[in-house]
Amino acid sequence: MNAIEFVEKARKKEIDIVEHTHKVLEKLEKINREFHYFNTISAELAIQQAEKLAKSPKGKLCGLPVSVKDCICVKGVETTAGSKILKGYKPVFNATAVENAINEGAIIIGKTSQDEFGFGSFNTNTGIDFEIPKNPFDASRVCGGSSGGSAGITQAADFPHISIAESTGGSIACPASFCGIVGITPTYGLVSRYGLIDYASSLDKIGVMAKTADECRMMIDVIKGNDANDSTSLKEDYKEGNVANIAVLKEALDVDETVKKTILSCLEKNGIEYDIISLPLAAKYSNPAYYLIATSEASTNLAKFCGFKYGAEFSLDDSFNALFSNARSACFGKEAKRRILLGTFARMAGFREAFYLKALKARTMIIREYKEAFKHYDLLVCPTMPITSPKIDEISRLSPLKSYMMDVLTVGPNLAGLPHLSITAGFSNRLPVGMMAIADHLNEGALFSFGSGIEQA
Amino acid sequence: MIITKETLQKVAKNARLNLTEKELEEFLPQIKDVINAFSEISRIETKDIEPSIQPIPLEGVMRDDKPSKSLTEDEIFANTRLKKDGYFKGPRVL
Repeated sequence: MNAIEFVEKARKKEIDIVEHTHKVLEKLEKINREFHYFNTISAELAIQQAEKLAKSPKGKLCGLPVSVKDCICVKGVETTAGSKILKGYKPVFNATAVENAINEGAIIIGKTSQDEFGFGSFNTNTGIDFEIPKNPFDASRVCGGSSGGSAGITQAADFPHISIAESTGGSIACPASFCGIVGITPTYGLVSRYGLIDYASSLDKIGVMAKTADECRMMIDVIKGNDANDSTSLKEDYKEGNVANIAVLKEALDVDETVKKTILSCLEKNGIEYDIISLPLAAKYSNPAYYLIATSEASTNLAKFCGFKYGAEFSLDDSFNALFSNARSACFGKEAKRRILLGTFARMAGFREAFYLKALKARTMIIREYKEAFKHYDLLVCPTMPITSPKIDEISRLSPLKSYMMDVLTVGPNLAGLPHLSITAGFSNRLPVGMMAIADHLNEGALFSFGSGIEQA
Repeated sequence: MIITKETLQKVAKNARLNLTEKELEEFLPQIKDVINAFSEISRIETKDIEPSIQPIPLEGVMRDDKPSKSLTEDEIFANTRLKKDGYFKGPRVL
């Protein structure tokens, strides 16, 4: 039974929502002991919500277990973005996306594991004292990052479930690919960012992970919409789009040979005709432009974490600067420190023109290149990641630069705020291979149709 | 581009991070590696190209000038013990 069928039955009272929620929570505890998909399981809240809903079952998500990435605020539930500096922080409000889901009857089951503040492609950059989630197909491998916990539990759950996740540079598509599920990253601004603990404000998007494209659509339709609390949220809705013309990105085929074969074979098996086109600017400059912009924004966004007001608390005996520096040095993990240093460097006088401003201009050129392609094609298709899920111990041997280069296929659409959907194209050595479709702004309808078509075939 | 240990120490100080000697030794070659690889972006011809601070054009948004609900004082201070008389207690500045 998928989430859509479950909601129908729950609304007709054919499912006991309270009993179902208890069973799900028991399963989560068991799964989490081995795989570490959750930073917090919100059992008390879930049961309260289920008991309230059982009296009058209603809503587009009636009784559905929903997990939420740990950087998205859930009222009264510890929300850390995977960082020690936010340990103990319990938001006093819901993120708009969460509020919308709860208003439609979602049962919030917990906060999922992530790289600290979203800083990673493998979910191995978890904060100090946090566990690394394990891939549901092979526990020695990674889930992908940064929404690794959301992807892992979405695959592992043998009950109807959808996860609300977040992407800055590929944090939905990458783990969706490694865990063999569907992940939709919507157009920048389609879903309000209010209540999201930001990484890079001009890049962050709240999106969805589920087992099918139709389930992703169901959740996006609930959480989307203009929000007075987020001045960057859009007034326009996404449109239903045709999928008549498809192009495969030439530069994105320079990947692991089995990944390439799996993608092309999936397109052929589905009778999908395509052209092969080149996007040279996006291929060459997306990665540096993304990392320079993302770390610059992160270094300012993270300036608010300083050891008092919320989260980790430090003694006030030190001076202003000493307290801030001590708290941040003790609580941020290595990758958080590296990205703050990189971003601070890129914005410093003497370097700002050459790095940060150049990256913003390169972004304009990359957006124009995509827009030109969308004059001729409805969707651009490529592998989601250049590889299948690597082993956890292989990641520790990658240099930061090599690790950043793994995002080469996902950062382009994220930089341009374009919606993209990762779906499983097939398997290689029993590991899922993700295929990514990218659409023009607010053409999510084409992505859902494409995903649904592949699944039905 | 030459990034020295002194440059990195200055960056860390600006970012309010105390780096240990071990961290400095670890981060310096890594940051150099990344900046050197990314410095190709500084060579792109960008004459007449405007920077994109957002991925899609956004219009200025002003809310209606009407009073609306906000967080209560209790809610604002719910996550800290460091508070007094409706203010956060912070470290000394002078």
